[in-house]
Parts: sequence; C-alpha cells; structure tokens
Amino acid sequence: MIEISKIIVAILILLGAFLSLVTTFGLLRLPDVYTRNHAASKAATLGIMSIMLGTFIYFYMEHGHFNSRVLLGILFVFFTAPVSGHLISRAAYNSGVKLWDKSVRDDLKKARENSKSTR
Amino acid sequence: MKTNDIILQTATKVIAFVIILFSIRLFFSGHYYAGGGFVGGLMTSAALVLIMIAFDMKTVEWILPINYRFLIGIGLLTSVSTGLIGVFMGDPFLTHYFGYFDLPILGKTSLHTAALFDLGVYFVVVGVTMTIIKSIGESE
Repeated sequence: MIEISKIIVAILILLGAFLSLVTTFGLLRLPDVYTRNHAASKAATLGIMSIMLGTFIYFYMEHGHFNSRVLLGILFVFFTAPVSGHLISRAAYNSGVKLWDKSVRDDLKKARENSKSTR
Repeated sequence: MKTNDIILQTATKVIAFVIILFSIRLFFSGHYYAGGGFVGGLMTSAALVLIMIAFDMKTVEWILPINYRFLIGIGLLTSVSTGLIGVFMGDPFLTHYFGYFDLPILGKTSLHTAALFDLGVYFVVVGVTMTIIKSIGESE
C-alpha cells in the first residue's frame, strides 16, 4: 500500500468522525427544530460520505478490492439525506412548530398569506 | 390547503430504481456472499412502499398490476416443485443439483437449483409484505 494513500485514508476517516461529532453538538445546543435539522442533515451527510470514501480507498489500495457498493452508498446518502431533512422540516412547519423566538424572518408564512388573499 | 410533494416524488423516481437494482443484486449474490431471497424480497417491497408513500396506492397498481396474494401462491409452488425435482430423479426430497453451462453472453456459468428455491422465497416475501401493508393501509 502506498504511504500517501494511508495518510489520505486517515485524514478522510478522522474528518468524517469530527463532522459527526459536530453534528451531535449542533443537535444538543441549537434552539429549535429547524436549526437542529439544518445541523443534522448537512454535517452528518458530509461526515458519512467522507468516512465511506475513506473506507473505499482503504479497501482498494490495501486489498485491491473495488467495492462498488460503497460508491453506490455514497451516492445514495448524498441523494436521500437532504430530501429526508426537507420532509422533516416541512412536516414540522405544517404541524405548527414555532420558530425560535429570536428569529426575524418567516418568508413562508408571508407567501402563504399572499396565496390565501389572492384566492 | 393543497400540498406539494414534488421534491419527494422526483427523488423517488430516481431512488426506486437504485433500490430495486440493489435488491436484485442481493438476490443473485446469495450463494457466495451475504444476501439471498429474504433480504432481496424485503428490499424490493421497500421500494414499492416508497413509491406508495410518494404517490399513492393506485400508481403502484398501475406500475405493477399484480394481486400479491397470487404471488405468495406462485412462490410456494416454485419452492415445492424445486424440491420435487429430486423425487422424480430418484433422490430424496429437496435434493439440489448443479452444473456448468456455456451460456451465449455470460460464458461458463454454474447454475444451481437452489437459486430456483430462493426465487420462491423471494416471491413469498414480496407477496406477504405487500399484502400486510396494503391490507392495513386500505382499511379506513
């Protein structure tokens, strides 16, 4: 195994673990559902993709084993995690979860009032 | 208020293909790697349930016009008749055979009758899962 690839694998996996840790801090410390969802669906997605890329490079360089399922998994997580984050956030808004009391803008509420008044 | 599911529906159109392809791969890799008829069947029905969530029940019936109760029967019949091959050849019930064949595109391939048994398991799992979910979802 080439030494440079070892360093790249280590950097990718440690970066992914660090991003997952950042996600848990965001989930614990942020004030309302929307900001927590923002932290969870962005940082965790990038962290998992980075860990999977590190795993793929490790098995390819160390064992010569091209594992296409890991690449498919990266694509799948990249595609599905933002969609699920969007759906959770929208379900929270539609069931009337309040925004953080210090937030200043609510464009969706304004757009809904406009569409109600024109109808 | 009319809801707007366009993000979920567009994502489902792409993801359902990936899930079904991966379930077929799991089904065929069952002999040498992890996988098999059970997991493959569960994953196929998971893709159908995803389409059912994003669109509705009628879309799934339009894509795949199958009565899933018949699918259970077809699967059980496949598994039992695979076992009966051994009886007709003069061996005990559920004796499996394999051989190497030269297929036109794939080249030298080992074909095993256990794959047909697994196909029966696959059909039964898809049929049972979809029957349970549809009968729970339809009762209002």
